[in-house]
Formats: sequence, structure tokens, C-alpha cells
Amino acid sequence: MTTKARNMWFLVVGLIVCFGVAGFVSFYASSDPDGLEFVAEQEGFIETAQDSAVAGSALADYAVVGVADERLSVGIAGIIGVIITAVVAFGLFWWLGKRKASTTTSA
Amino acid sequence: MHIPDGFIDAPVSIAAGVIAVGGVAIALRGAKRQLDDRLAPMAGLTAVFVFAMQMVNFPVAAGTSGHLIGAALAAVLVGPWAAVLAISIVLVVQALVFADGGLSALGLNIVNLALVATLAAWIVFRVMVKLLPKKEFSIVLAAGLAGLVSVPVSALAFATEFWLGGTAPISVGAVFAAMGGVHVLIGIGEGLITALVVAAVLAVRPDLVYGARYSLARFANLLVSNRS
Repeated sequence: MTTKARNMWFLVVGLIVCFGVAGFVSFYASSDPDGLEFVAEQEGFIETAQDSAVAGSALADYAVVGVADERLSVGIAGIIGVIITAVVAFGLFWWLGKRKASTTTSA
Repeated sequence: MHIPDGFIDAPVSIAAGVIAVGGVAIALRGAKRQLDDRLAPMAGLTAVFVFAMQMVNFPVAAGTSGHLIGAALAAVLVGPWAAVLAISIVLVVQALVFADGGLSALGLNIVNLALVATLAAWIVFRVMVKLLPKKEFSIVLAAGLAGLVSVPVSALAFATEFWLGGTAPISVGAVFAAMGGVHVLIGIGEGLITALVVAAVLAVRPDLVYGARYSLARFANLLVSNRS
């Protein structure tokens, strides 16, 4: 296999892992407060938190508005998030790296 | 550790926003110099992986959880400049689409999780790689330690911002101690995940690990062409 083909394989497998983590594993995430929330509760400044201006959006808090099943809701939100992040990140990095061939390695 | 709106006052949030824009601009220049047609897709994949992993909170101690920041992982896999950009992209998507992290706190979150965490991780990684034997395992260990250190350092950046612009009249010393303590525990998780993922990529495609060029002689030729 050429290096280009191997790179493509790596990308495809990597993206499948990402979809699996965001779309499936995320349901099993701990819902305990994170370190900052924990400290804010313990030290008594959690009440100063305000809702984000987009707190009412369709995907706020990694849940899809109108999808009651929690597993499905977080899974769909995760998959949408992966797609959005992929479009932005691959787009930006492709633009930054275009027309530059990589140095050959002895891999 | 995403800061919501309201924790930190407007002047400090705005100042952090200015620092964030400056830091991202510098990272864009650095990344443009370093990225090529092989590293660019890896940087994209790294950003997506960090987004996915940040959805998976792991329990750390009674009643607390943490999730990967990914700055150390990204820096070792695709270099510090692309790492800053990858984490920043994740933070922007999270804030705008998922209401995770406040909009007015976006600058603060980019400073803490993209700039400070990457800087801390990269310093630890480079120092450890220099000290350790030039072997694959050293890269894994250095990456893990970089991940471990990056989390409490990032937490202390928040404590500093709270000291400068916290809206609640809380003892700053207590916030420093509590933030540092909890995030050392979360840092252990960060270090383990970082080490495991770096080990996995090294096992199948060592040539795709940016940080390997600082340790393994067979990738040292990359330093000449991509010196930063």
C-alpha cells in the first residue's frame, strides 16, 4: 500500500472511532459535576453562572430538542458535533497546509 | 473545565478575548509554516477526536468528573501550533452549538484550555523527551506527563482569572487550592488517556506522531525542514 493510501486508511478508521466515541460511548459519560463546577459548588460561586445565550438552541447541552430517548439524543448530538468539527477543522487545516508536499520519512 | 458566562467579570473576559485572538493568530502563522499535506489531515482528525473525547466525562473522586482537554495529546500528535488551533476549534463549536462554555467566556476558555494547556504540555514534553532515552516508550511517558501537568496548570490559570475578575466574593486562596487539587486528579486521567492514544498511534503509524521527531533518530530529518 502506498503511504497515501495508508494515510487515508488511518483517517477513515480514526473518524469511525470518533463517531463511535461521540455517538455511542458518550451516553456512558459520568454526569457528575466537572472539576470546575465541583469547586464552584464547594466554594459557593456556582450561582454566579449564567445561561449561555445559546442555551435554548436545538443542540444545547448535547441533547437534541424533541428527542426523548436519552441515548439517541446525546448520540445524535455527538454525531452532529463530530461532523461540524470535522468540516471546520479539516477545512482550516487543509487551507493552512495546501500546496506543500510532506517530507519523506523512513516509516 | 469550560467556564460558563458570569463567573468572571467583563474586563477580565475581554482581556482574555484579546489574548486568545493574539494567541490563535500566532498559532495560525506557526501552523501555516509547519502543516503539509500529511500533517494537515492528521490535525483535522485530532480536532475531531478531541471533540468526541470531551463528551466522555470520567469519574475522578466522589461526586466529581473530568474529561480530556486534549492539548497535550494534540501537541504531541500534530505539533503545538496545530494543537492550539484544534482545541480552539473544538471550544468554538462547543460554545456556539452546544452551549458548553459561555460565549463571553470563550476567550477565557481558549486561553486556559488551548493556549496555557498546550504551552504547559509542550514544555513538559520537550524537557522529558530530552531527558529520557531516545525510545518509543519515552515519547509515551513524556506525552502522559505532559497531559498530567497540563490540567492543573490550566486550572490555576482559571484561579488566576478568578482572582483578577471573579464576580463572587470568595477567598481566592481556597479557589486556588480546590482547583489545583481536583485537577491533579483529573490530570491523572488526562495523562493516562494521552499516553494510551499516543502509544496506539506510535504502534501503527509512528511517522504520524509529530513529537517523535524530537526523540527518534529516524524521524530527525523532519526537524530540518520544519524547524519552528
